[in-house]
Amino acid sequence: MPACPFRAELMPLSLGLQALPQILIGHGFPGRVAPTVLDPPVHPFIQTLNHVFAVGDQAHVGRFRQGFQPFRRRCKLHTLVGGRSVGSAGFLLTFPFQTHPSPASRAWVSRTSTIGVQKHFLHGVSSVRRAKNLFDFVGFWLLPGAPMPQVHRVEVRSLQPDQDPRARHVRSEAQALGLPVPEYVEVASVYLLEGDLDQPAIDRLIEDLLCDPVTETAVVGIAPVAGTVIEVHPRPGVTDPEAEAVEFAAHRLLGSSPNVRTGTRYDFASHEPAAAADLARRALANEVIQEVHAAPHHPEAFRVAPAREFEVREVALIGLDDAALMQLSREAHLFLSLEEMREIRDRYQKLGRNPREIELETLAQTWSEHCVHKTLKSRVRYEGEMPSGEREGVTQNEDGSHTIDNLLANLVAAPTNRMISEGADWLLSVFVDNSGVVAFDDEHAVCFKVETHNHPSAIEPYGGAATGIGGCIRDVIGTGLGAKPIAATDVFCVADPDLTDVPSGCLPPRRILQQVVAGVRDYGNRMGIPTLNGGVWFDDRHVGNPLVFCGVVGVMPRAFVHGDPKPGDRIIAVGGRTGRDGIHGATFSSAELSDTHADEFSHAVQIGNPIVEKKFLDALLEARDHDAGCLFRAMTDCGAGGFSSAIGEMGEELGAEVQLERAPLKYDGLTPTEIWISEAQERMVLAVPEDNIEAFAEICTRHDVEWCDLGVFGTPDRELILRHHDVEVGRLPMSFLHDGIPRLEREATFATPPVSPTLGHEPDAADLLSGLVGHPNLASKHWIIRQYDHEVQGGSVIKPLVGPHADGPGNAAVVRPVPGSERGLAIANGLATAWCADPYRMGLAAIDECVRNLVCTGADPERIAILDNFCWPGCDDEVRMGELVRASLACYDGATAYGAPFISGKDSLNNQFRTEEGDVIRIPPTLLISGFAPVEAERLVTSMDAKSAGNVLLLVGTTATDLGGAHVTELAGGILPGGTGEIPLLDLQAGPANAKAVARAIRTGSVCSAHDLSEGGLLVAAAEMGFAGRLGIELELDAVPGDSRNPMVTAFAETPCRYLLEVAPEHVDAVVAVLADVPHAVVGRVHEDGVLRVSALGLEVSLDALRQRWLAPLDW
Amino acid sequence: MQAMVIVTSGTNCDLELAQAFEDAGASCQTVQLHSILDAPEALDGAELVGLPGGFAYGDAVAAGRIKAALMRERVVPVLSRLLDRGVPMIAPCNGFQTAVQCGLLPGPAPSRPEVALAPNVSGRFEDRWTGVDFPDSRCIWTKDLAAEDGHELPSAHGEGRFVASAETVSGLVDDRQVAVRYQDNFNGSDDAIAGICDPTGLLLGLMPHPERWTRHSQHPSWTRRPASTTTTGQRMFRAAVEHAQAALR
Repeated sequence: MPACPFRAELMPLSLGLQALPQILIGHGFPGRVAPTVLDPPVHPFIQTLNHVFAVGDQAHVGRFRQGFQPFRRRCKLHTLVGGRSVGSAGFLLTFPFQTHPSPASRAWVSRTSTIGVQKHFLHGVSSVRRAKNLFDFVGFWLLPGAPMPQVHRVEVRSLQPDQDPRARHVRSEAQALGLPVPEYVEVASVYLLEGDLDQPAIDRLIEDLLCDPVTETAVVGIAPVAGTVIEVHPRPGVTDPEAEAVEFAAHRLLGSSPNVRTGTRYDFASHEPAAAADLARRALANEVIQEVHAAPHHPEAFRVAPAREFEVREVALIGLDDAALMQLSREAHLFLSLEEMREIRDRYQKLGRNPREIELETLAQTWSEHCVHKTLKSRVRYEGEMPSGEREGVTQNEDGSHTIDNLLANLVAAPTNRMISEGADWLLSVFVDNSGVVAFDDEHAVCFKVETHNHPSAIEPYGGAATGIGGCIRDVIGTGLGAKPIAATDVFCVADPDLTDVPSGCLPPRRILQQVVAGVRDYGNRMGIPTLNGGVWFDDRHVGNPLVFCGVVGVMPRAFVHGDPKPGDRIIAVGGRTGRDGIHGATFSSAELSDTHADEFSHAVQIGNPIVEKKFLDALLEARDHDAGCLFRAMTDCGAGGFSSAIGEMGEELGAEVQLERAPLKYDGLTPTEIWISEAQERMVLAVPEDNIEAFAEICTRHDVEWCDLGVFGTPDRELILRHHDVEVGRLPMSFLHDGIPRLEREATFATPPVSPTLGHEPDAADLLSGLVGHPNLASKHWIIRQYDHEVQGGSVIKPLVGPHADGPGNAAVVRPVPGSERGLAIANGLATAWCADPYRMGLAAIDECVRNLVCTGADPERIAILDNFCWPGCDDEVRMGELVRASLACYDGATAYGAPFISGKDSLNNQFRTEEGDVIRIPPTLLISGFAPVEAERLVTSMDAKSAGNVLLLVGTTATDLGGAHVTELAGGILPGGTGEIPLLDLQAGPANAKAVARAIRTGSVCSAHDLSEGGLLVAAAEMGFAGRLGIELELDAVPGDSRNPMVTAFAETPCRYLLEVAPEHVDAVVAVLADVPHAVVGRVHEDGVLRVSALGLEVSLDALRQRWLAPLDW
Repeated sequence: MQAMVIVTSGTNCDLELAQAFEDAGASCQTVQLHSILDAPEALDGAELVGLPGGFAYGDAVAAGRIKAALMRERVVPVLSRLLDRGVPMIAPCNGFQTAVQCGLLPGPAPSRPEVALAPNVSGRFEDRWTGVDFPDSRCIWTKDLAAEDGHELPSAHGEGRFVASAETVSGLVDDRQVAVRYQDNFNGSDDAIAGICDPTGLLLGLMPHPERWTRHSQHPSWTRRPASTTTTGQRMFRAAVEHAQAALR
């Protein structure tokens, strides 16, 4: 060990400060902290040390300001007058170092040996780890007179606790979960403030920041405990946006900068501690991200993240056999297949070295199912029924089976590519960018992205859903050179919310749905993006694997649709800091869940901070629209795989050289690998030409957006080179990263599903109708919809709830993307999971439903673009693969028939849950189709609520008798007499013909309302139109086109391709004239009286009663 | 007329607010709160002021709390001076939440908070249109609407329940500072109060968003209503611009 060069020299310096360093223990020298070299005689003073110091010159200080963010606010900068002794030194920086000043820790310190003292110091070392590389000398010192940092606790509670909605929520959740309902609950917000705050400072924070004098009261410390207390606090390292905001505000108000943590205290007047703890764990906290304390929590100091030693670790791969390869893949959470592991092993064998950890991680992230869709791109041999028709890339084998060369290319994307080759110039950017982009008008393009965040939402629904929508928003922002998000959609699939007895490792479905909604709400609303369309599907097979689909639509000038980095462009990261959160998200989502996953993968779960994202959205749009032209050449978001995927993708053609230590970190001690693959939220990567850096930085500063320069795009050999300071930690050829992945070959089979039995009796029509409108899948989702702001940005034209009292289920949403322009954009979803027994029919039905919703609101059926989202239980066997083939065939046939091309898509193919007992719960195969299309003028916009008594109802389309998968079949327990058990098969001619006919009808200007027939069939659709418009409906089922002879079947069949149009009597002839080439008939009339009358069924029911029934199930 | 809209991290209704001012004939400039904190005189040229909605600083601790804390010392005095000069101001939603906490409302500033906007009685964020009444008040934004029935405005907030002591509420009523009431008091506000003005009548704070109803097709059931020539929101912004023109020119 070198002798301490510093202590002796600094002391005599005249610092120009009153506060001279009285004691220096520990000391540094370039590039290394040496806290372990302590002078034994000084260690009793350790307890009084309170600051870290660093000495450097002007350049150090500059770097400090740029890259050393965590302490920027708390640091003080002093000018050194001398400096001869430390060479270039000119400045002294000090910032508080958290020791443990409590009597307990003092006693501990004095008890311990020097070695113990050294350990004690390691807490502080993590604060210094980053400094050591920025400064010449780093050490600890005492700043006399400065108060010792300590943790102050403030509790804030309502002055009228009995009226606190949070307390009511606790009681209602206990009731819903079937737990003992606490008689009396009080809820208080807890703020823990760590720092050198004196009493006036704490009083000021309470008065100005933490407590509202009109409604609240505050206590410093712990308010007296009368009954049982439970406290919920976020675990260390979990993002706490509220705490970050309080830190910011405290800094602005006081100049000092405490570290802040928040928590919630629950006081139960007469609730047993065990019952309270049980309630807390099941309804108030999620122990993956939060800690439950059985007493008020007032720590002596905050725990800090453990620092990990920097080393370039090699993974022994060369020479491993198959078993060892698979063991490595599983244990290192790589989730790579045997073929892939072999490919990597052989590659490194040729190189003559083992992979470094960071290289292997990069390959695992880039090759993950999540990132490259390798199952959908696999070559498949399929045995089973093949719908007729020619499809390029699909060949019949001698044994009658078929081979599909590439599911994604040959079945999902093929119709799109064919349309482009045939001149569809409105398809501007498909499948290649973060979202699909189509032309909107001459100047603007619109883009759409939908993706899932299923696995994180299973474990932590609030954070999972919030970061799901947050990531999807970033995908839209990161499309081309940047789009502005203008609308969001959400579709959730969960188990029955009344299910309280769930397998170990699962959360109660009601809690999942509540938290998922809250996550989307808090993120979307804070981003100022209206959530306009969505749905919820209930199926108990989602108990371990809820599905959370988030969609975002954006608008951008057409000039900004494409972006490409050029060699020499700087790699600029923007937004949030990098932490240990979210490590292995990409690989985690490619794995099966089990009852221990919550523990094993808790680090893959995150909480988002929408305000960080909102700030860079504003800044990036300003940089895009800069007077001098867009300041950057390419942009993408950091999603799955973090920097590794973002920089790896952007630099695919150029190579990239990355300096990992430059990334701003949330806390110290991350290894280069952790920095590289962390999926910390709210980060974007841009390619910025050197010349534009200054202008770009100015915009970021103005919007309070953090940024850093991570390196440069372009290397001589198209390599990815990763450095940490001057040490090379990884080097990979881009070609291997992107093209090295072996193609999968899969086997698939499909057997035609058995048909449900026919009922021996005829159920009561009124009961069925009432049951249907109250079925959770059909029932009103107003409880969810109203929690989303669907007005923000002022562009919504058709909102999710329509009618005079805004309680009718709208078809599609319509929004105006371009302020001042009447041209609208309709947005809708289609989902037909009830027909999953044959995913081909299910897929076609979903496409048709999406098209129907769009067309009903006035959209142009010739310009519909759609997106696929496959959520499969797994693809590990031939049956699941067969289902995937069937759904992909539906994509091909549907997109071709409707001329509605896919422009983007996503898949999540491992949604099964292994219970403690070893049972596997598989979700039903689910294909969500999302779509959008322009509405040429506002006069075409049509809503679904019936408008006037006396109007006529026209039905478009033929009604068939197939009742397989219909809701009425589920409700009645079998097929109605007169119906068949077949799942309806979409008529590929009728579907597009009917859609176009309806669009023609709407263009006549004479359609007062339009509604598509979906779940529940004709009777439910008519009832919805009636009660949404507060009018009555009379239906004549005999007039319905089709071969059904049983009015019950006619009333409840869910045959696709059907529409119900309301037309004034004087315009019926004109409308009928444009419907001439499709089946249609007048099937009813609108009346004043609010009654639904169906003479063929002897039915006469109050629509208001049906509306109440429809509103009730999800009115939480 | 020069309108200024004050934005900060988490503001997200600034574009609609600026559009509403512009549609009513003003020109509008957006200014960052932190630049005003450094140089409050940047607001001096304002002839109309907007404190927009959104989630300033994420609405951490409580809605509008941090923004109010930051504004109290350096920005509130400037806004008070502008009020003395006759400058109309509007503070919808998050702006209202901020204004009551920094003492601008019920006013006159400086004062400690006298009223609060607490969490909705439902305990959650709610987006809904409601019928509103405009009682006879000092407010210059709503004076032309006071005698009329049938007005509606959209609301979208989680913390909009107006709370004050009984004396404060009756004081506000007596002083004609209650400017907007809900017909359907969905958030549980005291006396169904949706908005109040300061003693000058120039500053209107309200939970509903008049800036989100400046176009016929923004109404949730516009497809069944006759196209109206002007909306409630448009009339409020025009009244303010006209007032500013008369008072300041």
